[in-house]
Amino acid sequence: MELSDIAIKSIYAVIVVSVLMGFCSYAVLAERKISSWIQGRVGPNRTSLPFISSIPYIGRFLTRLGVFQPIADGAKFLFKEDITPAHVNKLYFTLAPILSLIPALTTVVVVPFGYYENAAGEVVTLVLTDLNVAILFLFAVSSLGVYGIVLAGWSSNSKYPFLGGIRASAQMISYELAMGISVLPVFMWLNAPGTAGTLSLVDVVNSQGGALWYAMWMPGSFLIFVVCIFAETNRLPFDMAESETELVSGFHTEYSSFKFGLFFVGEYAHMLVGSAIVAILFLGGWHPLPFMTWADFGVHGLLAGVLSVGTLIGKLCGFMFFFMWIRWTLPRFRYDQVMKLGWQMLLPASIANLVLYTFIIYFLERP
Amino acid sequence: MAIVVKRKPLNLLEKLYIPEIARGLAVTFRRMLFGETVTLEYPEQRPPIPAGYRGVPTLVRDPEGREKCVSCQLCEFVCPPKAIRITPGEIPEDSEYAHVEKGPKEFDIDMLRCIYCGMCQEVCPEEAIWLQNQYSMSGYSRAEMVNDKTKLYELGGTLPDEHFKWNKKKEAAEHGGGHH
Amino acid sequence: MTDLFFYIFAAITLACAFAVVFSRNPVNAAMFLILTFLGMASLFVMLEAYFLAVIQVLVYAGAVVVLFLFIIMLLDVKEESKAKLKPLTLVASVIGFAILLVGVVGITSSDNIKATTETLPEAAGATLKNFGYELFTTYQLPMQVTGFLLLVAMIGVIVLSKRVKTD
Repeated sequence: MELSDIAIKSIYAVIVVSVLMGFCSYAVLAERKISSWIQGRVGPNRTSLPFISSIPYIGRFLTRLGVFQPIADGAKFLFKEDITPAHVNKLYFTLAPILSLIPALTTVVVVPFGYYENAAGEVVTLVLTDLNVAILFLFAVSSLGVYGIVLAGWSSNSKYPFLGGIRASAQMISYELAMGISVLPVFMWLNAPGTAGTLSLVDVVNSQGGALWYAMWMPGSFLIFVVCIFAETNRLPFDMAESETELVSGFHTEYSSFKFGLFFVGEYAHMLVGSAIVAILFLGGWHPLPFMTWADFGVHGLLAGVLSVGTLIGKLCGFMFFFMWIRWTLPRFRYDQVMKLGWQMLLPASIANLVLYTFIIYFLERP
Repeated sequence: MAIVVKRKPLNLLEKLYIPEIARGLAVTFRRMLFGETVTLEYPEQRPPIPAGYRGVPTLVRDPEGREKCVSCQLCEFVCPPKAIRITPGEIPEDSEYAHVEKGPKEFDIDMLRCIYCGMCQEVCPEEAIWLQNQYSMSGYSRAEMVNDKTKLYELGGTLPDEHFKWNKKKEAAEHGGGHH
Repeated sequence: MTDLFFYIFAAITLACAFAVVFSRNPVNAAMFLILTFLGMASLFVMLEAYFLAVIQVLVYAGAVVVLFLFIIMLLDVKEESKAKLKPLTLVASVIGFAILLVGVVGITSSDNIKATTETLPEAAGATLKNFGYELFTTYQLPMQVTGFLLLVAMIGVIVLSKRVKTD
């Protein structure tokens, strides 16, 4: 690999990560706004910028929408006093927020987000790296995210964070199993006899072009995967690690300012990547409609790139909304219920689903 | 006797969990789209103040613009947290009502001590001190939180008065009568 | 370039493995264990065995060490004090190290290792399909035996951890 290649890849990576960070900050805003709308409140509507906010109508509308709030939030996280309690294990206390953010950002590497056709008419996929074992890479790296939470809980040397860390570690392991098994039917269908074996996400999306989306004829897999994504991202109704009504604030009780901000961004990055994966695996990726691709609409060239990326981002935002919508609909599970759901319902259900689809795929593909 | 609420056994659809979640989602979605926003955006919108609200204590004038307080200091004595300080004085000679009554030279209420109990209003024989609907007091220093006489009159304004005691008093003083 | 990376990752793996053994704080040891696994995963990547590398991270770093940490935290293991070496332990470890040394020297000095050709054979586990194919044909027996061992271990754990009701 040439040095210039490495430089270009690095620049792409920086761009993708900064876009992801931007999405994170606006996901926080969306969370606050949607929460307030569901609860009959107004949400952030005061933060204004000079000049832009004074544009008649538009400026006021944007201010009321809270568009400038993320800037204020970010500045607050940066400049608040960073308190490190005296009783903590300093090394792991500092390491934990970084460890929870890095896996979330690393997973973007294998997430494809669109395609375009170059001048020669070839289809070029927009992805940082099209790994053959992309989905496993994703599971592996995101499973490392639990160390951030566990170490935060342990190094805080205080009871509530500790309980949060313990809960998180058990929960993450329990739901990884069901999640892994639930996506197997998709890849069984993808790896038809006679094709080169692949676990690549790009191939998953391509196989859904001009065909049914997997969510439509594998609703069981879709449902189990979505539940597990909720559990893996520690979102309500599975936010055992945080559960603010029982554990103050769970694993990040002792954290403040920038370190807390890292946890915060890490959680939302995790959610964003999770939403993107759901969209890619089950909701057709960048294809606009089942049985239809952008090429069927007569869209080619760079415009296809813009539209495909837009489609994926639209699906991603829709699923992010679903995350927040669920948050204010379902109450938090009790810890034993989480364990029971994971081991006694989702795991057997996913295995049953796998067996069922083994037969279905066998009969569908029987010559 | 305790009321026992019988739980209905769940039917199959409810046991499946998913349809019930969908119903819950529908409820929250309706709330989001059509739900009423109950937030009061405070500095611009103010809550309605009910009649008889006990807000910040203020001094009032009568409809003819005289200060009603005669600096009897009853409120100062009755005030439980000792928030009121009055320096009694005479009404200036050139005033129309000189010698009729006394008036406060200084009248301070320390709002950092006031507990809004309303005893000063209750004890005032002249109905000069009123707890009105002002509820928001703030300042940057302790000194700023002490309401002096001008501030108190500014907050209090004028209240309708049926007695016009001062006119009667003046009349009585001029005509040498005793009680009216 | 590739050589350089190999040496870096090998050094990281070895250093972290030593740190696992020598750490007195069990949490430190567990964290170094993760680093060791990550180092090994990167060595697998250098061999183009991506599947193996990812599985290494997913299973060992992602699940097994989390359980280690879980147990360490639940039991609240304090830092180990320096244990005195028993003479028997000392003798055994010296013999073990000698055998290891002889083995390593024997392998590296033999002709087999030098006879490798310059072109690397394609690893069987490089692509997923080959990996699965090899697992269910050439290595069918070892896989079944491993699976059986794991089953035995699982049943053993369930039996041991099940609370026997005495009434």
